[in-house]
Amino acid sequence: MDRPAPPAQPELEREFSERIAADERIEPRDWMPDGYRATLVRQIAQHAHSEIVGMQPEGNWITRAPSLRRKAILVAKVQDEAGHGLYLYSAAETLGADRSRLLDLLHEGRQKYSTIFNYPATSWADVAAIGWLVDGAAIMNQVPLTRCSYGPYARAMTRVCKEESFHQRQGFEAMSVLAKGTSAQRRMAQDALDRWWWPALMMFGPPDGQSPNSAQSMAWGIKRFSNDELRQRFVDATVPQAEHLGLQIPDPQLHRDGEHYRTGEIDWTEFQEVMRGNGPCNRQRLAARVRAHEDGAWVREAAAAYAEKHPAAA
Amino acid sequence: MTSPLWEVFVRSRRGLSHTHVGSLRAPDAHMALRNARDVYTRRQEGTSIWVVPSSQIVASSPQEKDSFFDPAGDKPYRHPTFYDVPEGLTHL
Repeated sequence: MDRPAPPAQPELEREFSERIAADERIEPRDWMPDGYRATLVRQIAQHAHSEIVGMQPEGNWITRAPSLRRKAILVAKVQDEAGHGLYLYSAAETLGADRSRLLDLLHEGRQKYSTIFNYPATSWADVAAIGWLVDGAAIMNQVPLTRCSYGPYARAMTRVCKEESFHQRQGFEAMSVLAKGTSAQRRMAQDALDRWWWPALMMFGPPDGQSPNSAQSMAWGIKRFSNDELRQRFVDATVPQAEHLGLQIPDPQLHRDGEHYRTGEIDWTEFQEVMRGNGPCNRQRLAARVRAHEDGAWVREAAAAYAEKHPAAA
Repeated sequence: MTSPLWEVFVRSRRGLSHTHVGSLRAPDAHMALRNARDVYTRRQEGTSIWVVPSSQIVASSPQEKDSFFDPAGDKPYRHPTFYDVPEGLTHL
């Protein structure tokens, strides 16, 4: 059968732009600009890396969860994070990326994960604060991504968001138990909020004026709201929750402004330092990830050897 | 050493068809099925799973979209709305 000659570049670009303008989804085999593909691979890989590195701060508490109920919940949550990483690596592969190569880039420190996971979870209350604040912020970021212009990423986000609503709720519930508990438990809860509040605000990325790639991502329909808009939504949603818990947001400048709450200045030098690898746990997190990968090598090799010996195993 | 890629299809309940949900890497079909259960049905999303080697999927090309699907474009008479039905008549 004769194939029609492939359309010329300008025509492909026009089709792509029209599809974006009409708010239609781009699918894996559609033509797309190299920059669009590269931006998505970078963002989806970074997102996937964040999910699997994000298993560490909480995974650390599984053996010390205060009850069987909390332990079962925490195991399910950490398992979900692994699953979310896999949905995202799968989405990245539809763009031609190879997931083992992406893992290499993570392990070599050449691709990033969210700065938030470079902070330590030093008490049980931190597990509660992570669910409430970190997952709360992640949901705020991820819900608009369910309408992202790239189909496989949008669909992966729909699954992730459905599953994550339990993550935030279990954290808030655990936090309320502590906030209504003994004075020692209240102190634990307040201490966790004190340490996680500002890093959670930084999860939305640098202020709009200092976010160089945002405009292009918005134009491509990858990003739907600016960093500052999403951060403001998170603050507006979370301050009343803290009030309900009877906990104090660690920001003396926080005040009401009509329908919004305005925060004090975020310390962006801290964010930059953590990005550069100088957060409290950067080295441990990366080392633990590399170790897990290397320690698991024999399992992958054994499975591959078995598959080779039994080619029809189904 | 990278395992082959598998496409995963899940039937959410009896009476519905299998729907594509994503992909995963696994060394063989048996492991692919096990992994698919853990990755895509942690909340009872399925009663049946298919895994298919991605290399075995043959897909139409988006670039041939027009010529490939064109033949159906000029046949509106395949739809019931193409026909006039006299006012007042039923069971047509």
